[in-house]
Amino acid sequence: MRDDAQTDTNLGQTERLFSLVGGGLVLLAALRRPSISTLPVALGGGYLLYRGLARQDPVYEALNIRRNDDGGKLLVRRSATINRPRAEVYAFWRNFENLPGFMEHLQSVTVAAEDDRRSHWVTRAPLGQTVEWDAELVEEQAGELLAWRSLPGADVENEGRVEFRDALDGSGTIVDVTLEYRPPLGAPSVVVARLFGEQPWQQVRDDLRRFKQIMEAGEVPTIFAQTSGRLQEVANERARLRGE
Amino acid sequence: MKAVCWYGIHDVRTENVPDPIMVSPRDMILRVTSSSVCGSDLHLYDGMVVTMREGDIIGHEFMGEVVEVGKEVHKVKPGDRVIVPSLVACGHCTFCAEGNTSWCDNSNPNAWVLEKMYGQSPAGFFGYSHGFGGYAGCFAEYMRVPQADVGAFKAPAGYTDEQLLFASDAAPTGYQAAEYANIRPGQTVAVWGCGAVGLFAMKSAWLLGAGRVIAIDRVPARLRMAREQCGAEVLNFEQVDVVEALIEMTGGRGPDACIEAVGMEADQGGLEGAYDRVKQTLRLETDRPYALREAIRACRKGGTVVVMGVYAGFVDKFPIGAIFNKGLTIRAGQQHGHHYIPQLLRYVEEGRLDMTFPITHRFSLDEAQTAFELSRKREDDLVRAVFFH
Ligand SMILES: NC(=O)c1ccc[n+]([C@@H]2O[C@H](COP(=O)([O-])OP(=O)(O)OC[C@H]3O[C@@H](n4cnc5c(N)ncnc54)[C@H](O)[C@@H]3O)[C@@H](O)[C@H]2O)c1
Ligand SMILES: [Zn+2]
Ligand SMILES: [Zn+2]
Repeated sequence: MRDDAQTDTNLGQTERLFSLVGGGLVLLAALRRPSISTLPVALGGGYLLYRGLARQDPVYEALNIRRNDDGGKLLVRRSATINRPRAEVYAFWRNFENLPGFMEHLQSVTVAAEDDRRSHWVTRAPLGQTVEWDAELVEEQAGELLAWRSLPGADVENEGRVEFRDALDGSGTIVDVTLEYRPPLGAPSVVVARLFGEQPWQQVRDDLRRFKQIMEAGEVPTIFAQTSGRLQEVANERARLRGE
Repeated sequence: MKAVCWYGIHDVRTENVPDPIMVSPRDMILRVTSSSVCGSDLHLYDGMVVTMREGDIIGHEFMGEVVEVGKEVHKVKPGDRVIVPSLVACGHCTFCAEGNTSWCDNSNPNAWVLEKMYGQSPAGFFGYSHGFGGYAGCFAEYMRVPQADVGAFKAPAGYTDEQLLFASDAAPTGYQAAEYANIRPGQTVAVWGCGAVGLFAMKSAWLLGAGRVIAIDRVPARLRMAREQCGAEVLNFEQVDVVEALIEMTGGRGPDACIEAVGMEADQGGLEGAYDRVKQTLRLETDRPYALREAIRACRKGGTVVVMGVYAGFVDKFPIGAIFNKGLTIRAGQQHGHHYIPQLLRYVEEGRLDMTFPITHRFSLDEAQTAFELSRKREDDLVRAVFFH
């Protein structure tokens, strides 16, 4: 697939240097004092180190995210296998009002009463702001395909597409999700990335994991508000759970 | 309520913490009646497991009485006496459906952490670090058990806690080890480690048709238990070259199956020991794999090596050449308790399996620090410490 690693790196020289040095330091610092807060850092450090050494970012690579391409459009593709019949998985997604239940950045989706192909989407943005748009279903093949697109006038132009197919070994339904965001003309891609999480590819993976958990297990597993020796934390979380 | 919280290396404290609450209609609240300090807890105690937070309630081998159930829980009700495996399983993903519940796709709230490390995440575990879900553990008066319909197994009437407790973790782990060993009648099975996991692997090897069981450890009380309770021939790794001895004992061939029930903190003297300890301290290697290296070298050509001791990250000097050139099968993993508990309870009721024998010491939750220190040092002939709550 790749014949010339020299010209085919998707990381710039500075970014690569930062990855190498930063990755090594972060990894060492994190491993020195193991705790919950350092593990993700340690893993991230290892990843940065790898990325520096490998001269290209495997995540960007796999997801076809190219920076500085195409006016900063952001394209994320993710896949998951759900151990439920295809019709059921499709039906759950087809009701867009279900999406905020597993897509973290979505605050709400309201399907128009008069036309179930039209919907209004509200997402959470930094500093308590929201970003909104109207969307319409542009393709619908029962049990197989859903595609939607924001209508003109959206804060952030975007579209999404989900394909549903049976896993060949009978282990359920494979969903292939593609999301694409185009920031307002001239806005750097970083702005979009901020909106949809620092790591959109990680966020979509987490969203799909929650989708799978709801479809299969009936709930998203949580330890929120559980007990521990961290009394203040327990009290705070329980207050939030009660809606205080 | 009272609970044992982790605060760092060799620092566990019995404290007053808030009672658990239910957060899902599939939850239950259990009054824990007994629990045990597993070898895995010693890895936490020694600071070998990352993603622990100060104040985490630990412990994962337990049984108790149901006090409250959510409205989606149908198989158990308040007052039932139940055994719960050390992990959480959803019961519906492809792995749960085939009985491999420790590979559950849906029970680890922090799956992303282990996905970064391992590619995919196993199930969530009770009291075993935030990477494995961060669920509060069982060294407490009460605990929240998610997915109660999947995780709670009714205790057969007429048996004491001591007779059933190990069905939660040590016994299914040992049984799974023997099953993975793929034993054909009359074959020889060698087991490294005579803690409860190794001892149950020995008992299970007999149940599954082994012709001979050989146990390896260095603690006299444990070797004695392996010989007297589990019918094993024993080797003290401080006194003999284990690989040489095993090959000699098996007509020059090596054991047909080798079960490693020691894990990442294996003991070893000499140069090899010093080498790995330095690397582990510098975190250039996370696990010390002596027993595993020996198991691979001793195993006969075409044999099976089962890794039941816990490993977390990376090891050094892993004998891949021996695995390749002898065509070994390696099987490993966390125990699928949900799959094995019904079978183990049947063995108990048929009088074919005694699960009580590894218990040597009994403590209250207030004595947690002592229980952990004795367990770590393997002093006072301790094999397994149990808390009576
Ligand atoms: N796979 C699972 O699901 C699962 C479940 C429970 C426990 N475990 C793991 O199994 C292992 C054993 O658990 P346990 O409760 O029996 O622990 P334990 O600490 O009581 O027993 C370990 C034994 O290994 C012996 N040992 C140390 N170095 C050795 C060596 N080089 N050769 C032979 N023996 C050696 C020790 O003397 C000790 O008796 C631990 O790693 C634990 O984390 C795994
Ligand atoms: Zn255990
Ligand atoms: Zn599952």
